[in-house]
Amino acid sequence: MSLFANVVARDLRLALRQRGDAVMVVLFFVLAAMLFPFAVGPEPNLLARLAAGVIWVTALLAVLLSLERLFLADFEDGSLELLVLAPGPLSLTVLAKVLAHWLTTGLPLIAAAPLIALLYNMDVSALPVLALAMLLGTPSLSLTGAVGAALTLGARRGGVLVPLLVLPLYIPVLIFGVAAIDATLAGLSARPHLLFLAAIFLVMLVVAPLAAAAALRQAVE
Amino acid sequence: MNMHRFANPGRFVRLAERILPWSGALAVLALAAGLYLSLFVSPADYQQGDSVRIMYVHVPAAWMALFVYTVIAAASASALIWRHPLADLVARASAPVGAGFTFLALATGSLWGKPMWGTWWVWDARLTSVLVLFFLYLGHMALSNAFDDQSRGNRAAAVLALVGFVNVPIIKFSVDWWSTLHQPASVMRLDGPTIHPSMLWPLLVMAVGFKLYYVSIMLLRVKSEVMAARLRARSMAAVEAT
Repeated sequence: MSLFANVVARDLRLALRQRGDAVMVVLFFVLAAMLFPFAVGPEPNLLARLAAGVIWVTALLAVLLSLERLFLADFEDGSLELLVLAPGPLSLTVLAKVLAHWLTTGLPLIAAAPLIALLYNMDVSALPVLALAMLLGTPSLSLTGAVGAALTLGARRGGVLVPLLVLPLYIPVLIFGVAAIDATLAGLSARPHLLFLAAIFLVMLVVAPLAAAAALRQAVE
Repeated sequence: MNMHRFANPGRFVRLAERILPWSGALAVLALAAGLYLSLFVSPADYQQGDSVRIMYVHVPAAWMALFVYTVIAAASASALIWRHPLADLVARASAPVGAGFTFLALATGSLWGKPMWGTWWVWDARLTSVLVLFFLYLGHMALSNAFDDQSRGNRAAAVLALVGFVNVPIIKFSVDWWSTLHQPASVMRLDGPTIHPSMLWPLLVMAVGFKLYYVSIMLLRVKSEVMAARLRARSMAAVEAT
């Protein structure tokens, strides 16, 4: 367990020292979301209808941008080999890195999402569901992304490859994340969609660390 | 049957050479017979008219799209668990064929949807999950070719194939779990097919033809991969000898 805590603490410390990375992800999130009113026109009703979708799509893309820093730096300076050699299951180490990644990207995105919701004239009553849906959905994004990031370590054109591998697997989170908010806005219960998000999270919590650990072993072999 | 008997590439190639003429000829026969039955013999639908004949390509292609992905996942599992040397080659050889079947299913479905549903495409569960399957195939192919070391590419693609396998049951049951425009299963169901025999038989002949076509192409591609590896080894030996 101490290895788990150590890896989380190390990654958080590294992220804090390079504060730019986490800030850039949130900045990208807000900037990309700001583009849509220019593209589709500033009509408030239209924007309110688009809000949930825009928030989720830009959040997916922002997470995608941040995936590279999950393993690449460790892979290049060789500390990944030490992590693989360390005693204890590698999948737990992967989980620690994913947790640190989520704390430095997922959480800031959740914090920034209400801002975009307000800019898009979204009904304030849906804000708690938006936060809850992102709280359940963004960890799945980090977990799935870890598999993609680990698989493409050392690949040619790794940066272009990650979206191709990861985005198709992100679609379920997108569907249920948006559906939860739309249901709330329509006066229906968001519960089934939130339960689906929770189910996806639990499945990925089991599958992703195992798959990413297998991929990391291949990468350092 | 012990699959490791076929781990010897030489024995596999000899076996493939014995199977290939038969499976190839039978595939041509079944496809020709299936096309004749489905285009000329089977009746037109009382509602859909002649456009129902798209089904005889669309349904077998969709079955094969799922079947080939299942083969890839099984081959990937045996490659990762038992390091079966030919399993990697089977997965590599199958991926483009499966992607082709998936594309065929999507394209014919779209052509069929326009006259029947009035639209080329709807974002319902069945169509979306098959589109995701198509991208999984593309990702698998891109990943397996993305490394300088081919064996690393094979293993990475194998992990991806296993992760992506969660999509297969979702596609299969999407028409039951969600209310969609796509009709539910009418052939592979527990209480027997609900489709009339005059349409079922041409469909089954086409399905057999598609499967034989896949087997032939897959054997051919694995055989040529083995040959290419032999050629590489031989030219390396020639370089070392000089």
